[in-house]
Amino acid sequence: MRSFRILLGHELRMLLVSPATYIAATLFLVVMGFIFAGILESFTSAAQEGSPAGTFFQLFWIPVLFMVPLLTMKSLAEERRLGTLETLLTTPVTTPQVVFAKFFAAYALYLGLWASTGGFFSILQLFAGTSYRLDSGPLIGGYLFITVSGLLFVALGIFASSITRNQAVAGILAFVLLLLLVIGTRYTSTLELLKLDSMASTRSAIDYVQIFTHLDDFTRGVIDTRQVLFYLSGSTVALLFSIFGVEAKLLHS
Amino acid sequence: MPAFAPEPATTTPAIEVSDLVKTYAGITAVHRISFTVARGEIIGLLGPNGAGKSTTLRILTGYLPATAGRVTVCGVDVAGHPAEVKNLIGYMPENNPLPDDMRVSEYLYLRGRLKGLTRRRLHPRFDEVVQLCDLGRVRHRIIGNLSKGYRQRIGIADAIIAEPPVIIMDEPTIGLDPHQILAVRDLIAGLRGRMTVLISSHILPEVEATCDRVIIVNQGRVVAAGTPAELRHERLGPGHYELELAGPLAALPSLLATLHPGLALVSAPDAPDADGFASLSLTAPRDAPDLREPLVNALAHDSRFRLRALTRTRHTLEDVFLAATNPKTEGLKV
Repeated sequence: MRSFRILLGHELRMLLVSPATYIAATLFLVVMGFIFAGILESFTSAAQEGSPAGTFFQLFWIPVLFMVPLLTMKSLAEERRLGTLETLLTTPVTTPQVVFAKFFAAYALYLGLWASTGGFFSILQLFAGTSYRLDSGPLIGGYLFITVSGLLFVALGIFASSITRNQAVAGILAFVLLLLLVIGTRYTSTLELLKLDSMASTRSAIDYVQIFTHLDDFTRGVIDTRQVLFYLSGSTVALLFSIFGVEAKLLHS
Repeated sequence: MPAFAPEPATTTPAIEVSDLVKTYAGITAVHRISFTVARGEIIGLLGPNGAGKSTTLRILTGYLPATAGRVTVCGVDVAGHPAEVKNLIGYMPENNPLPDDMRVSEYLYLRGRLKGLTRRRLHPRFDEVVQLCDLGRVRHRIIGNLSKGYRQRIGIADAIIAEPPVIIMDEPTIGLDPHQILAVRDLIAGLRGRMTVLISSHILPEVEATCDRVIIVNQGRVVAAGTPAELRHERLGPGHYELELAGPLAALPSLLATLHPGLALVSAPDAPDADGFASLSLTAPRDAPDLREPLVNALAHDSRFRLRALTRTRHTLEDVFLAATNPKTEGLKV
């Protein structure tokens, strides 16, 4: 536990002193700001269903698909490429401690980036002068969804980073995994094949992992423990495989 | 001493390797290596590239699992108690990987903390290590901007910072200039007696200068072990003699035969110089004793010869290494 605290502290410090973090954060806010401004514009031009917050979180997949691979691809792949993983693992530190420290550091940065988008809503409130458009329910639900789903997304990124020493491969792999999870499941559910009666169990399984359905439920204030459990168990499995990934690579290095 | 208290210094050897085997996907990198290192010894693990040196060291640190065999460090089994063994070892890997984006002090503090030193113990120890490794001038510099010599010394500082009883360094002087090699050598020699040091290398003069004992490995096997002097004697005998001699050289072989039956001229002597002296080189068989004194006596007492110089050319560890790792040389199979 002590080693984990030292490692996590080290990872967070390195994030804070690294210029790359601030550049990434700025660019993230620029992209998200454009998206937010676009949403507000559409709300002023015509009547819309739902609230700006709801629509804003509907587009969560854009930053997830691009930011998560970029945040996580370096973590373990770089350590292995440089060989610093070897110096690290020959101190009294275990592989799970290293993987969890990397995971929580990336997760903290992910949450920090998302938290900074809260500024958009407070600016909106400041200038609108009214909280009429700012439904706090979807806002809280949306951020809760980001917090819970981020566990799985970041864990997948860490997993991708654990099985290669090439950052680019890790980044692309993370991107593909996230794309399959977020967009792939949505696409699969529209397949004619699944409408067959014999596929009923598969269909219900795919319905269960619909990320967009989870988001709708969260923003509507429905917090289903099954969904929370899905993200928790999913991230646990991804991290376990990351640990196996690091150790299997040691066996064959 | 780290948080984990090792057994009393005299009872167990620092490192004990018996019948170690490591195979990678069908390729045998290490084949039944066995050796023992006593406490406080400085040992050189010598061998050509790909001989299995790094693999052996990695198994010793618990970083890689062995396929078969038993490895203990200060009496602790590496396979059974990897966490405890990591407390007993300071390890510097090959090429000494370091994070380029940290400062020297930050890095050493982090490593010290990870190795279980408390903040209170780390502060004085950090100053000590920085002084020992002569890192004072660069302690606040970014590691990525430092020269290879400094980086190497950071690796050594990292290995010794927690004062482990055993230090393992994989090619500590690779890529250094002669000044830096000398500095690193002094540093290692400074650890003598306090810590057990195992270094791997294929730079022979360095091993000869620093190590108490040498283990030569080739193709995953130990082909020779002993002190450099022992190895020289065992492998190649007392060696060659060079002399400068004036007189009837044709009569020399019969004289040599009376001293030792195996003593012979290596080749036909050169033409004598202006003073009438010719340079000769003689070779003695491996089991022959030192023949310098009998040679001097015999030649001085024989009125036909005048002797101007006699030296024994000593074999270097390089000759031993080449002999031991050459598949054609007899005595390779141990």
